[in-house]
Amino acid sequence: MSHATPDNLVCPQTAHFSAPLELQSGGTLPDWDLVYETHGTLNADASNAILVCHALSGNHHIAGYHHPQDKKPGWWDNMIGVGKPIDTRKFFVVGVNNLGGCHGSTGPSSINPATGKAWGAQFPMVTVIDWTHAQAQLADRLGIRQFAAIIGGSLGGMQALQWSITYPDRLRHCLVIAAAPYLTAQNIAFNDVARQAILTDPDFHDGNYYAFGSTPRRGLRLARMLGHITYLSDDAMGSKFGRVLRHGSFAYHHEVEFEIESYLRYQGDKFAETFDANTYLLMTKALDYFDPAQHAESLAAALGPARASFLVISFTTDWRFAPERSREIVRALLDNGRDVSYAEIESTHGHDAFLMPHAHYHALIRAYMDRINL
Amino acid sequence: MTRQDFEIIAQWIAPQSRVLDLGCGNGDLLRHLQQAQQIHGYGVEIADDRVLACVKQGINVIQRDLEAGLAEFTNHSFDYVVLSQTLQAVHQTEAILQEILRVGKTGIVAFPNFGYWKNRWQILRGRMPVSEDLPYQWYDTPNVHLCTMHDFEQLCVRLNIRIRECAVMTRGKRIHWLRNFSGSLAMYRIERLT
Repeated sequence: MSHATPDNLVCPQTAHFSAPLELQSGGTLPDWDLVYETHGTLNADASNAILVCHALSGNHHIAGYHHPQDKKPGWWDNMIGVGKPIDTRKFFVVGVNNLGGCHGSTGPSSINPATGKAWGAQFPMVTVIDWTHAQAQLADRLGIRQFAAIIGGSLGGMQALQWSITYPDRLRHCLVIAAAPYLTAQNIAFNDVARQAILTDPDFHDGNYYAFGSTPRRGLRLARMLGHITYLSDDAMGSKFGRVLRHGSFAYHHEVEFEIESYLRYQGDKFAETFDANTYLLMTKALDYFDPAQHAESLAAALGPARASFLVISFTTDWRFAPERSREIVRALLDNGRDVSYAEIESTHGHDAFLMPHAHYHALIRAYMDRINL
Repeated sequence: MTRQDFEIIAQWIAPQSRVLDLGCGNGDLLRHLQQAQQIHGYGVEIADDRVLACVKQGINVIQRDLEAGLAEFTNHSFDYVVLSQTLQAVHQTEAILQEILRVGKTGIVAFPNFGYWKNRWQILRGRMPVSEDLPYQWYDTPNVHLCTMHDFEQLCVRLNIRIRECAVMTRGKRIHWLRNFSGSLAMYRIERLT
C-alpha cells in the first residue's frame, strides 16, 4: 500500500490561454484554463515527454499525492512513478484535465466571462479532436514539440489515437489501451440512459443547477451506477459479490439487501458528491461523437496520416470495449504498414482491468517503455 | 550463433520486403531477417511470455490464436508469410495454408520431416520417435499433425499450391539426396497456383 511521502507529492498547475479556441461543434471558448500535473523532469532536448490522457471520469491527477494527508493517490499511480512501468526517472509525464472537465480545467461549472455566472448549459460541446488541440497548446507552453509517447485507456486511448491522426509528427509512440475506434449502438445506448438519468432529474434545471444551489445528485448517481455495471465483467461481479446478502436473509423491502446493491449505491453516491453532472454529459457525448473514420473511406484511410509506432492492448473480459474493437484498430494500422504490437490480456476485471496492477500487463508496458529511445 | 534454417529463410526473402511470421516465438527469426534483409516484419504469437519477449526485442507482434485464422490481415498484404516449425502443431492445417497464401504472395513453411530415417527406425522398433527436430515425448508434445515430405507435397497438389523451392536439413546441414529419408527438417517456398 503506497502512501504520501515528500517524494511523491505533486502540485497541480494551471495554464491560462487567452486566445479563443475554435471548437469542432462551431462553438468558441474565448479564454480557457487547463489544469495539469507533471512527474519527472523534462530533459534538455524535451525528448522524454509523455502525455497521459484520462478516461470519462478521470482527471489530471495521474499519480502521487496532492497533500500529505491524502488517502488515495492519483488514478494511475500503479503505472506511473519511480521504478514503475512508466518510469518517471526516464520520462517527464504530463497529466491534463480535459476541457469540459470539473477538476480545474475550464468546464460547465467554470465562470463564463461574458455573463459572470457559471457556464452551465451554455458551455459548448467539446470533442476528442478539441482536446487534442487544447493539449497541443499546453505542450507548446511546456516546450514539448514531440511527445515520446501518448498513452491512454478507454476514452484516453481514443485521445491517444486521435493525436496520432491530428498531430502525426508530435508523437513517436502511441499506446491505445482498452479503447475502440468508435462507439457501437449499444455503447451509445448505455451513454444515453446515463444522460437521461441526469437530464430528467428535477434538480438538473436545464443544466443551470449551479444558480439554484442544487445538483442533480440522483441522476448522476444513477448514471454512475449504470456505468459501473458496464466497467465490470459478469464474472468479476459474481466472484466479488455473488448473491451475498448484507443481513443474511431476505427482508422483503427496497432498501439495500444484496451486497452488489450496496456497492453500486456507494459508488454512485461517492461519485455524485464529487463529479459535475454537466461534465458527465459532455464526456459521454465526446465518446459518442468519436469516430475518426466518419469522413474517411475507412478506419485505415483515417489512420493514413499516422506516423507513430503503436502498442494496442485489450482485456479478455472487457465487454464495453471488447478485444474485437481493438483488433479493428490493429487491422487499420497493419493496412497502413505502421509498426504495431497488440496484446490481449487475460483478466477477469472487465473494462476496469486497464486500471489494475496486472503483472503481465504491466510487464508489457514496462518493456515497451524501456525501448523508447530518447 | 545463427540457426541454419534462419539462413535459408533469409536467402529466400528479398531485401526490404514485408514479412509476417506465424508462431513467431520470441521474435528471433524476425530480428535475424531485419538484420540480414532489412525487412519490415510482424509476428503472430499466442503465448503471453513470447509476446512479451517480442516487445522486449522491439519486434512487432500481434497476439492471436492461429487456429482462428488471420482476420486482421488483408489479402496479399505481405510479400512473405512464414510458418516455421509450427505447421505440425496446428489443428486447422488446410485452413492455415490457405490463410498463408491469402495474406502473403509467397509462403515459407518449415516442419520436422516425419519420414526422417531416425523417426522411421524408432517406429520400426515399436516406439514413438524422438529426434533432433521432434524432441517431444508422445505424452507431452504440442504436435498434433505430423507428416512426411511426401504427405506435405501431396497436400499442396490438392490445395492448388505450387512448390517453388525446397530445402532439407539434418543437424543444421543441407541434405541433397534421399531427402524424405535423410532429412530431419523440411522447408518449402510455396505460392498459389493461379
